[in-house]
Amino acid sequence: MYRTLIKDLYMEVRMFKLRAIVAALLSIVLICLLLIRLFQLQIIEHAHFDTLSDNNRVRLMSTEPNRGLIYDRHGMVMAENQPTFSLDITPEEVTDLDQTLTELGKLISIQERDIKQFKKALKRHKRFEGISLRSNLTEEEVAVLAINRYRFPGVDFKTQLTRYYPMGSSAVHAIGYVGRIDEDELQRVDSSQYSGSSHIGKVGLERYYEQALHGRLGYKKVEVNVQGRVLRVLEENPPSPGQDLILSIDAGLQATAEYAMGDNSGALVAIEPNTGEVLALVSMPVYDPNPFVHGISRKAYQKLQKSGERPQFNRALSGQYPPGSIMKPFIGLGGLVGGQVGAVEEMFCEGYYLLPNEERKYRDWKRTGHFETDIKKALAESCDVYFYELAYRMGIDRIFGFLDRFGFGKKTGIDTTSERTGLLPSRDWKKREKNTIWYPGETLITGIGQGYMLATPLQMASATATLAMRGERRKPHLLRAVRDNKSGETLTNPIVELPKIKLNSKWHWSRIISGMKAVVHSTHGTARAIGYDLTYKMAGKTGTAQVYGIAQDEEYDEEKLAKKLRDHALFSAFAPIKNPKIAVAIIVENGGSGGSVAAPIAKQVINHYLHKNYGKNIR
Amino acid sequence: MARTYANDFEPQESGGLKILQAIHLDPPLVLALMLLTACGLGILYSAGNQNIDLIIRQSTRLILAFGVMVMMAQIPPQNFKLWAPWIFLFGIILLALVLVLGDIGKGAQRWLDFGFVRFQPSEMMKLAGPMMIAWFFADKPLPPGFKNLIIAIILVIIPTMLIARQPDLGTSLLIAASGFFVIYFAGIKWKLLAGFGVLMAALTPVLWHFMHDYQRRRVLTFLNPENDPLGAGYHIIQSKIAIGSGGLYGKGWLNGTQSHLDFLPERSTDFIFAVFSEEFGFLGVMLLLALYFFIVIRGLMIASKAQDSFGRLLAGSLSLTFLVYLFVNVGMVSGLLPVVGVPLPLVSYGGTSMVTIMAGFGMLMSINSHRRLLRK
Repeated sequence: MYRTLIKDLYMEVRMFKLRAIVAALLSIVLICLLLIRLFQLQIIEHAHFDTLSDNNRVRLMSTEPNRGLIYDRHGMVMAENQPTFSLDITPEEVTDLDQTLTELGKLISIQERDIKQFKKALKRHKRFEGISLRSNLTEEEVAVLAINRYRFPGVDFKTQLTRYYPMGSSAVHAIGYVGRIDEDELQRVDSSQYSGSSHIGKVGLERYYEQALHGRLGYKKVEVNVQGRVLRVLEENPPSPGQDLILSIDAGLQATAEYAMGDNSGALVAIEPNTGEVLALVSMPVYDPNPFVHGISRKAYQKLQKSGERPQFNRALSGQYPPGSIMKPFIGLGGLVGGQVGAVEEMFCEGYYLLPNEERKYRDWKRTGHFETDIKKALAESCDVYFYELAYRMGIDRIFGFLDRFGFGKKTGIDTTSERTGLLPSRDWKKREKNTIWYPGETLITGIGQGYMLATPLQMASATATLAMRGERRKPHLLRAVRDNKSGETLTNPIVELPKIKLNSKWHWSRIISGMKAVVHSTHGTARAIGYDLTYKMAGKTGTAQVYGIAQDEEYDEEKLAKKLRDHALFSAFAPIKNPKIAVAIIVENGGSGGSVAAPIAKQVINHYLHKNYGKNIR
Repeated sequence: MARTYANDFEPQESGGLKILQAIHLDPPLVLALMLLTACGLGILYSAGNQNIDLIIRQSTRLILAFGVMVMMAQIPPQNFKLWAPWIFLFGIILLALVLVLGDIGKGAQRWLDFGFVRFQPSEMMKLAGPMMIAWFFADKPLPPGFKNLIIAIILVIIPTMLIARQPDLGTSLLIAASGFFVIYFAGIKWKLLAGFGVLMAALTPVLWHFMHDYQRRRVLTFLNPENDPLGAGYHIIQSKIAIGSGGLYGKGWLNGTQSHLDFLPERSTDFIFAVFSEEFGFLGVMLLLALYFFIVIRGLMIASKAQDSFGRLLAGSLSLTFLVYLFVNVGMVSGLLPVVGVPLPLVSYGGTSMVTIMAGFGMLMSINSHRRLLRK
């Protein structure tokens, strides 16, 4: 036993040493395994993990640029940014969100809509970023919250600049408004530029010039800890503010025009003929855009929608009206140019017109007729029979071709939203849309601006400006200049010249304009009532468009009451005749006669503009 | 037989080293341990966000642990051999007691509270386990016969199962490993060893069956941490980011962003290696692992020079177990192994395991220095 043990001991030591060496080798293998793994992580995949580590700690925070301001042509502020308080909640720091919301609701007014919007934002928010619950807190609300703030961890105020329209409803249809961004809009814009913004231009110039007004987003690179708390700013790139817009709108003229329109529904567009600058763009009734910035309450919105006048409808650009007699100067010009009528040729008006082989009488507005009538008298007294005959002689194709050159039936391309095309009918159009042939009778009523023809007030004003300029056309626009807030430079928006309407004789222009002058300044002119005390010479044309029984904007037909059946009153004018400074088109819905309702408004507007800018002695 | 003790086995050296040898310490091992714990304090200073209190507490524990090591080194190995069965028995009783009390309480129960001191019997078992197996083999002819092998395996399984029931999978695996290492050094046949390995692999599904839900989740998370990046997978993802972003040179001491911005959880304790890797990079990691490797090899050298079977087996097992600690912890932190709660030995914040490990090194030194002078 003892001997075997001794032998075993010797064997045992040898065996142990072998096993210890194997164990040492195993250690080397295990350590190498670890080193390989660490080599893989630290050397091979280092770049990947380095990025992940930076993603962990570095966060980009966006800073909203200040939105550009909007001024009128004389530097009056039409849209500005005002500091307002909003209430932000950081959900990660709140223990019981629902309870916090209820408790806050006891202190300040929180609508169901606010909570809905908040919960929506909650779903797509970044950790430790505040979500806005209420905006535009009143001073009392701020005070109440400040006192109770200790009760609400994670609830914070944020000061931000919010759009404010100091002129309220004035020029709202040109400027439009901003509102909270919705999902669709985020799809439409470069959403990376809007991560710090809550608002976006919804309609009007605010929308059309969104990119310029918005500016470029700034960002801050910050280091955050795991809770998302900012520890330090690593890098900062300040936002570049949006550009200021200087409009061609004359705020004083705009207000005058809105006042002159009174309680009527309708539209007025005033254009500077030699530049195409829109001086006033009125659609009545107006509405206050300011509630839309913070989100208008459902009740207020419904009230706005339900009022029969539909204030949000932009009549100046989207309203498509039968232009009526104010088309007569253009038809007349077409007839002179084409030789269908001579400059002094007289036609006999007996109060109605008969097409060959037709029983139907096309009546003049004046039952007794105008007797011998040349182009000048036909315009001054707005003789329908003269233009029935002229239209008959010209034919629809010629009429279409000539009016097309003035931009009827096409968008003018004005720099704001919601412009519509109007309608300039033609044989092709009728074939396409109604699938019937064109009837001669339809040519006659087109000759007096009725029938299928529709035009927007902007188109009427723009065409009148072209008349004033004797064929020189300018694209109407609202933006006069842009001021870059970074460089301080002001860039003028160039005038866009459209192809000039060249006639075979410039005397045709004079003939038509003299007719329009007679409308205002002759003893039988339809607008003679406004002409007697003018210090300058004005060319105008009255129009009275039938509402009843005529194809027109369907939306109107439904709500017609007795007043709604009355004719639209129209008036287009420019002045002074020799050196035109302003061209105006006006429509007063259901106003009755153009001469007695629309023309006085034009007079007020043109008087205001000329006297203010060119003195009382302008000729 | 007269027994005299001396430490003239090693070549005599001068100065401080002489003093170390006089108190039965092994200078290279002591130096390596001190270097390692110093590194540990340095990295803990960073991981704990430069909290001096943390360093003071850890230093206190270190001093205590070194004290225990010196104490253990004074005890001749024969005494360990004498006490081994009793300590083991005592440990088993305490483990059973923990389980019983744990059933009364709720959840995982690892501690015994004696009022004045809280005690973790599984820690004691880390030493008592291998001591017991070594004692069992000490006076038997080696390599062991089949019967003895079976008895040894049962001796390994008893504490392993008791601790696994607590449940503390990490510690139970470590204890199983330390017992297994004794059997390995005792001379289990290579063929049997291979067969044993195959058996363990085959038993893995069975092990799965016995696992708790949270343990299964850990394994699943280990297999695919990106499955649950904010939940269970978060630890391991953040840890890998910390290690990987360290690169070759590291971000520098106190400059680890993953750790200092709180992205890395458990960074003072189980995940401290990730902090080290982030701040010192692959170069630092190589040096640290070299230090650990040196300690293990030194332990194995001591084991192979030990005079009797008990010393050899115990020293060998303790050294390899130390390596397993390291491997499991670094493997877990770097995503090579599932997350089991094993600290980085001598570096992670926390006292209990540190004292146990240093006590083990004390035994190692005792085995090294208490030698019988054999007559030629």
